[in-house]
Amino acid sequence: MPLRTFACVSLPAEIWLLLLKDLRLEWRQRSALGGLLLYVGGTVYVSYLSFSFRGGTPPAPAWNALFWVILLFAALGAAGRGLAQESAGLRLYYYTVARPEAVVLAKILYNALLLLALAVPGLLLYTLLLGNPVQDWPTYALSIGLGAVSLASSLTLVAGIAARAGQGGGGTLLAVLGLPVLVPVLLLLVKVSKNALDGLPWEASQSSIITLVALNFIVGAVSYLLFPFLWRS
Amino acid sequence: MKWWKYLTIGLLLYTAVMGLLGHVPRLAILNETERNLYFHVPMWFGMTIILLASVVNSIRYLRNPSPRLDILAHESAKTGILLGVLGLLTGSLWARYTWGTWWTTDVKLNGAAVTMLIYLAYLVLRGAVQDEQQRARLSAIYNIFAFAAASPLLFIMPRLASASLHPGMGGNPGFSKYDLDSAMRMVFYPAVIGWTLLGVWITEVACRFAFVKEKIYEKQEKQLA
Repeated sequence: MPLRTFACVSLPAEIWLLLLKDLRLEWRQRSALGGLLLYVGGTVYVSYLSFSFRGGTPPAPAWNALFWVILLFAALGAAGRGLAQESAGLRLYYYTVARPEAVVLAKILYNALLLLALAVPGLLLYTLLLGNPVQDWPTYALSIGLGAVSLASSLTLVAGIAARAGQGGGGTLLAVLGLPVLVPVLLLLVKVSKNALDGLPWEASQSSIITLVALNFIVGAVSYLLFPFLWRS
Repeated sequence: MKWWKYLTIGLLLYTAVMGLLGHVPRLAILNETERNLYFHVPMWFGMTIILLASVVNSIRYLRNPSPRLDILAHESAKTGILLGVLGLLTGSLWARYTWGTWWTTDVKLNGAAVTMLIYLAYLVLRGAVQDEQQRARLSAIYNIFAFAAASPLLFIMPRLASASLHPGMGGNPGFSKYDLDSAMRMVFYPAVIGWTLLGVWITEVACRFAFVKEKIYEKQEKQLA
């Protein structure tokens, strides 16, 4: 049994400490976050240029679909950095001081925050350039928040697997492994946000939102159970 | 040859003969294409069972690692893919004649596409890792995780969906029990058992082949050492 420095700390407290550590590291390397923001901004601008041939604004369903595709690729890029960056030595050090369950839950939270930090400025720029047909703002905001959490929870463990497997083809492998897992999540998200876009009543998206939350619990629980096995290697 | 292999041959011969020649009720639009029930639906049944076996073997591998369990999980996944591809082909052909299109964005079709993508990704992952133990562990983790993440799409969303072209609304996603008349049941249930056993048979042969290969590699390594 490795000696755990946090052994006296409860699981939520340990998650909190690890989350703070990740946020502090991110703040020290602001260039990485800037890179991701620039990636989102650049993609939005390219979409704006592409749609300018058709009078500026895309039709509402295309507006929504395009935004989720941009977020999807931002999420793939963000998740690819998190676990892949850590060197083997650093990993061994974490293994001696922290519980793997706490590490994976902290990583999911951190990825969700990172995605929110990308999605909100992304949406602002997107609105500025491509217009905004959203009719039900609270539900749309909820779908973005749920989207950040869902994409983060589905991608964190997969990113860990891709990081371990990746010799060379790390980026491609993450996309190949992550996309099938993300299809159910994206289908539900696009449905909820499209309902918000059309201003449909809350009852129309209620069952999708419940399914999405349940899906997050399943994925979170499975990550919690499986991450220790991933870490042992 | 074991007894259940004779049973497989018998059941599949029965399915082929009775499925193509037996009595089916006269229904509009469906006409003779409803005989696909004896081929397409049991193939998906077999695929689900075999893929479940693959996940179970992956769980067993993580609890108690051994090359044998890894091979079982891998070969089951491959057989599952084979049955899945056959199911896609038969389903697509059927859809062409009843819906007028090879593919639509139906909930159940999405589920089928995601299943195929997951297991193809599983094979890609296995190909990307060199170290044997690492490959076995990573692919087992991915197998369990992807199955859990896709399970709502496969087992829950088709049942919640308010509109679906696919037969079997409200209940089992494959078909409705009220769709079957008793003559069709007499062929359908044997067909399910037959196609599933065929999947088990293919997996068993593939596993034995893999075990023999492993033994030969071990021997070669000993000779070199």
